[in-house]
Amino acid sequence: MNALWISVLGTGAIAFGLKYLGHSIPEKYLTNPRMLRINTLIPIALLSALVGVQTIAEKGKWIIDQRLAGVAVALIALSLKAPYFVVVISAAITSAVIYRVR
Amino acid sequence: MNRATVTQSLSVSFTVGLYGVAFGAASIAAGFSLLQTCLLSLLTFSGASQFAVVGVIGAGGSALSAITTASLLGIRNMLYAMRMAPILKVRGFTKIIAAEVTIDESTGVAIGQESLGADAMKHGFWLTGIGVYIFWNFFTVLGALGAQAMGNPSSWGLDAAVPAAFLGLVWPRLIGNFERALAASSLILAVVLSPILGAGLPIISTALLAVAFGWKARR
Repeated sequence: MNALWISVLGTGAIAFGLKYLGHSIPEKYLTNPRMLRINTLIPIALLSALVGVQTIAEKGKWIIDQRLAGVAVALIALSLKAPYFVVVISAAITSAVIYRVR
Repeated sequence: MNRATVTQSLSVSFTVGLYGVAFGAASIAAGFSLLQTCLLSLLTFSGASQFAVVGVIGAGGSALSAITTASLLGIRNMLYAMRMAPILKVRGFTKIIAAEVTIDESTGVAIGQESLGADAMKHGFWLTGIGVYIFWNFFTVLGALGAQAMGNPSSWGLDAAVPAAFLGLVWPRLIGNFERALAASSLILAVVLSPILGAGLPIISTALLAVAFGWKARR
């Protein structure tokens, strides 16, 4: 089994396991405010890290290319309160245009 | 079933389900097959975790890094499940289905119906959960087929669409300077560590930043 299959099946199994576990343990154990706070912060950290790595890194190297321009446009779209789809599409169009012109 | 709950559930289902196109395309661009892409949506069924898997693998990370990042993002679904269990009161096969559709949106809509009573919360949860499941998987296939037809992901801008999709996911969570500081330092840390640690670990290491930020009382 290759890495792609391992990540597909492993992620699926753990994702379901976490959900099922949550349905099985009493809510009263969910009281530690520090744990709750950390839980809301983890997605912020991981998703921001993914933005950075996907924009600037490639195979463990820094590469500045059309992706950075695309993400910059997405950032502008978000600050103008554009809907999610406009954000993603505007980044794609910007990046595609620069890639093809270059 | 009251009309407001149904309307809200269905509109959330469709809007969120549409993002499946972006996921399907990103997954193909990262090198996953059509079957693997569909299984990610059918089994994992949690947008951020799925994007994380294709993001980490696409950047050259290992399967272990991909699974770890996705699972850290999946912990919140467990907390949603703990919140929903006393309201849903389900057992056996129904509990398995309820668990699978316990995500941001189904829990969000259910909690939004609190003022309308426990039944409305249940209806909101099931309608939104099943609705997103159907649309998300349908649009995943569409996006995957589209990306397969396109060929080179860079020439269609998919290389920038993926980080933009992550940015769109994190943006609504950046409600204050505290969250923005965490986001900025996580982004910088991951980028700086990339040449040293490879693709997966720099992302996972930012979870420690979240722990550090969350440890001391805030505001």
